[in-house]
Amino acid sequence: MANSTTEKAKAAPAEPVSLMSVLAPAVGWLIPGAGHMIQKRWIRGLLLFVSIVTLFLLGLAMQGRIYKANGGDILDILGFVGDVGAGALYIITFAMDWGQGAIAFATADYGTKFMIVAGLLNFIAIADAYHIAIGKKQ
Amino acid sequence: MTITLNHFSAALVFALFASIVFGITHRDNTRDMVKYGLYCFALFLGGVFVAGWAMWLLRR
Repeated sequence: MANSTTEKAKAAPAEPVSLMSVLAPAVGWLIPGAGHMIQKRWIRGLLLFVSIVTLFLLGLAMQGRIYKANGGDILDILGFVGDVGAGALYIITFAMDWGQGAIAFATADYGTKFMIVAGLLNFIAIADAYHIAIGKKQ
Repeated sequence: MTITLNHFSAALVFALFASIVFGITHRDNTRDMVKYGLYCFALFLGGVFVAGWAMWLLRR
C-alpha cells in the first residue's frame, strides 16, 4: 500500500508553479470571482462575485455577526475560518466594526450563517481559480 | 439597513447562490454547469420541503 502510494507520487508530474497559479487564488480570495476574471473567465467570475458578495451582504443586513480570530471557543474558531474566506469583505466588515450581531432579530442567526457560507463558497471558488491556472480545468 | 427574511425565503436565497457557485466550480463546460446548478438548486429546495414535512410529522 505504502509502496504504491510512493510510486504514484513519483510517477505524477510536478505541477509547474506559474505566476498565475499564485496570483489567481490570492486575488480570488481578496475579491470573490477576481481569480477567474484575471484569467479571462469573465462571466464565471462575475457570477461568483455576485453570488458570494450578495450572500455576505445579505448576512450583514440580516444583523448577522462576524467571528474574530481569538474567539476562544472551537466553534468560534471554525466560524472565523469560514468568515475569513470572504477576503476583503471580512476585512472591511471587521475594520468598520460592522457585523456585531443583534439578538433582538430572530433572523440574525441566519445572517451569521450566510456570511460563513459566503466565505466557504469563496474557498471553493479559489480552488477552482487555481485549477484553471494550472490547466487542470478549462 | 436591516433585512428580515422568513425561513423559506432565506433558504431560497441560500439555495440560489450556493447552486450558482457549485455549478460553476464543479463542472467543466457551460452546459454541465447549468445542469449541475439546477440539480443542486432542486436538491436544496427538495431538502427544505422534506425537512419541513419531517418536522411537521414530528410535531404531531
